[in-house]
Amino acid sequence: MPTTSLFLMIAGLGLLAFFLSFQRSARYSGPTRLGSLPHHYASLTAVWTAFPALLLMIAWSIIEPGYLQQQIEANLPTEIAGQSSDAIALYLNRVHLAIASQTVDADPVVQSLVVAYEKAALHSRYLNTAMVLVLCLGGIAVGLSKILFKVHARVGIERLMKAFLILCSGVAIVTTIGIVLSVLFESIRFFNAVPVFDFMLGTSWSPQTSIRSDQVGSSGSFGAVPLFLGTMLISLIAMVIAVPIGLMTAIYLSEYATPKFRTMAKPALEVLAGIPTVVYGFFAALTVAPFIRDIGESIGLSVASESALAAGIVMGVMIIPFVSSLSDDVIRAVPQAMRDGSLALGATRSETIKKVIIPAALPGIVGSVLLAASRAIGETMIVVMAAGLAANLTVNPLEAVTTVTVQIVTLLTGDQEFDSPKTLAAFALGLMLFVTTLLLNVIALHVVRRYREQYE
Amino acid sequence: MNNTEIVKAGLQKRYAREKRFQFYGKAAVMSGFVFLIFLLFDITTKAIPAFSITEIMLEVPMDRSSLELPTETNAGIDDEALASINYAGLVKKALRSQFPEVTKRKDKKLLYRLMSGSAEYELRRLVIENPGLIGGEPLSIWFKADDDVDTFYKLKRVTSRIKAQQVEFIETLKTESRIRTALNWDFFTNGDSREPEQAGIKGALLGSFWTLLVTLMVSLPVGIAAAIYLEEFAPQNRLTDFIEININNLAAVPSIVFGLLGLAVFINFFGMPRSVPLVGGLVLSLMTLPTIIISSRAAIKSVPPSLREAALGLGASHMQTVFHHVLPQAMPGVLTGAIIGMAQALGETAPLLMIGMVAFIVDVPGGVFDSATVLPVQIYLWSDSPESAFTALTAATILVLLAFLTVMNALAILLRNYFERQR
Repeated sequence: MPTTSLFLMIAGLGLLAFFLSFQRSARYSGPTRLGSLPHHYASLTAVWTAFPALLLMIAWSIIEPGYLQQQIEANLPTEIAGQSSDAIALYLNRVHLAIASQTVDADPVVQSLVVAYEKAALHSRYLNTAMVLVLCLGGIAVGLSKILFKVHARVGIERLMKAFLILCSGVAIVTTIGIVLSVLFESIRFFNAVPVFDFMLGTSWSPQTSIRSDQVGSSGSFGAVPLFLGTMLISLIAMVIAVPIGLMTAIYLSEYATPKFRTMAKPALEVLAGIPTVVYGFFAALTVAPFIRDIGESIGLSVASESALAAGIVMGVMIIPFVSSLSDDVIRAVPQAMRDGSLALGATRSETIKKVIIPAALPGIVGSVLLAASRAIGETMIVVMAAGLAANLTVNPLEAVTTVTVQIVTLLTGDQEFDSPKTLAAFALGLMLFVTTLLLNVIALHVVRRYREQYE
Repeated sequence: MNNTEIVKAGLQKRYAREKRFQFYGKAAVMSGFVFLIFLLFDITTKAIPAFSITEIMLEVPMDRSSLELPTETNAGIDDEALASINYAGLVKKALRSQFPEVTKRKDKKLLYRLMSGSAEYELRRLVIENPGLIGGEPLSIWFKADDDVDTFYKLKRVTSRIKAQQVEFIETLKTESRIRTALNWDFFTNGDSREPEQAGIKGALLGSFWTLLVTLMVSLPVGIAAAIYLEEFAPQNRLTDFIEININNLAAVPSIVFGLLGLAVFINFFGMPRSVPLVGGLVLSLMTLPTIIISSRAAIKSVPPSLREAALGLGASHMQTVFHHVLPQAMPGVLTGAIIGMAQALGETAPLLMIGMVAFIVDVPGGVFDSATVLPVQIYLWSDSPESAFTALTAATILVLLAFLTVMNALAILLRNYFERQR
């Protein structure tokens, strides 16, 4: 039986077990009543029925391919088994091809192997189905036999549920470990081919590795400095836009605006953070970049059509809400007494803000700026669509630069085989990105938390 | 000068500074709005042309000799004969009879280029569905024009892709009122195509649907379960702290890193197929999980403790208290967080590029195992296309995406307001 129908069978038997057990345990009432409610017993029976069977099914689907492979190899005629391992592998490939495409191979030996394989597969399937069935029925029997007063079905079920809850909260850790391991392993493989220092300090980035060794112009140099510089340049432009506007917005909304204006303006500004980044990318590439180029040309500057400035400005607008929302929170958390004290001494409101509130809220503001910076560094779509691909080592915002994220995307959406240094380089860049943003986040969260404790 | 005078002397300046500062604040708030409005305006104006399409009416002869079918009227027409009719030739013939003065080979070519490549398929579908039309009167059918003609006619924009000769043809068609613009329904009912006039977003819409379905099925139960454990059961220890820090950091990891994780783990390690909604949905659920956990925890935390105490006091177990009383109360908050997480997932592009959902796929996906693309990736793909008509399609797709996001966010806000009033 194929996996899907086997799964459906297990699910069906599980349901059957639930109803059987429910009916049976519901019959007990009055002085002979049970220790738990009927649905507790029913659930426990269902678990007994389905869980071991599911485990077996999963284990079987892992073991089965290897077992079948072994069956073919055991049936290999001696004259083939005696050949080199490459020849055998080639031969086995033919067998697999014949099985997969359901065609008849001309070679009678292959035919006989296919027959042997199919026989073994059939046996394996029968055995699997039979064992699953036995486990399910056994599960029903065990479950039904446990409908007794002394069995605490509720406790059992609740323990299982708690195990499930713990498992789910572990997903976050597993994800983090998965990220670290996946980028780390591939990066280590990359650093085996390209020395770490060449990567971190090299100034030339041209990841075109050759497919054949005699090809021209495919040296494949992996100096990532232009990428880091490009990322920093675009992020810097974005921060230059976002920090003053975001901060002034936060100040105005928390200190000057009427409550009515505030409740209206804050969600409206947060729309900016909700717009998908691909939309910003489209806007940056098709509207802002040509606009900047035209302005530049009209005053006699040569501006690249994929200038860092266009991507940076649009990215800056995108992260305004990140700066303003968090800064707004920290500014409002500054105790009213400090404001009152300053105003009572005759300071104007702007003087109060500049000399009292901002210094008091500074750690929180720094935290929000760091969070926004990590957002800018990790942002992908805007730069993929609006920034260039050429790795120029420049700090001129009117020229095209490339970023870490752009290179990850271009390296991995190509059609190189997975083991080439070109694709592995993407993971090394991913590692850099992950570590940088992680550091920024940890520092930012730490600073913000410290600050909150100060005033609570 | 005493102190009062010193203060008074500086007062003017200080008030001016105060005013300036307030003005800066207003300007900052306004600049955000201005940008937002400008962005929406720009995209809307770019999108408008995509919703209409130019059509040209042709009179297609239906007599048997034109269709190159046997002339005896009683001879039956089998499906094979129907399918093998030269429909492209028919369209060309109709065009030639429309412009009998065109005789030169070069001009004929220009003439044929007025029509979209889809014309013959449309005709073919029509004839195969209604074989009774054969042998009857010539049919007057509106066919789609080529995208260059479309751009020229709709936007009155003269480009190098349209020749003077073709402009004359179009003028003639106009005086005979055989050319018109109609609603572009195909934009919503077609899959992707290399030809802008035939390209639609149905494939991307369904791809987004399947991907989000997987995301919801995985991240909602897991997110709620994790939130319940951390908020209700977890002991205060190192491990719990670690999980908490982990979740907060995951929420701030760049989305592209999740794409790398998906590529390395799901595709290379587990050998799952590329560009399918299943893998896309799994990657997006790992990404939205922190959002859902954080908002669900806040919702569970806001349930008054008296509720828990009452349930526990009546003899409910801890698990029963949580699932029968706390969770239903927290559900509106949980759902609001889930919708916001889903909206985030709907707009996400970068991780899906990593797992190969950028392929050119014409077919509309029918399930989570079919190769598919999603709305934001479609936007990315089309924005790269050289044809100017694709710019309009891209902008129109953005509008569709933004419409979905608006609906989702509005739903979240309504839900929150409704349940806040209930309390």
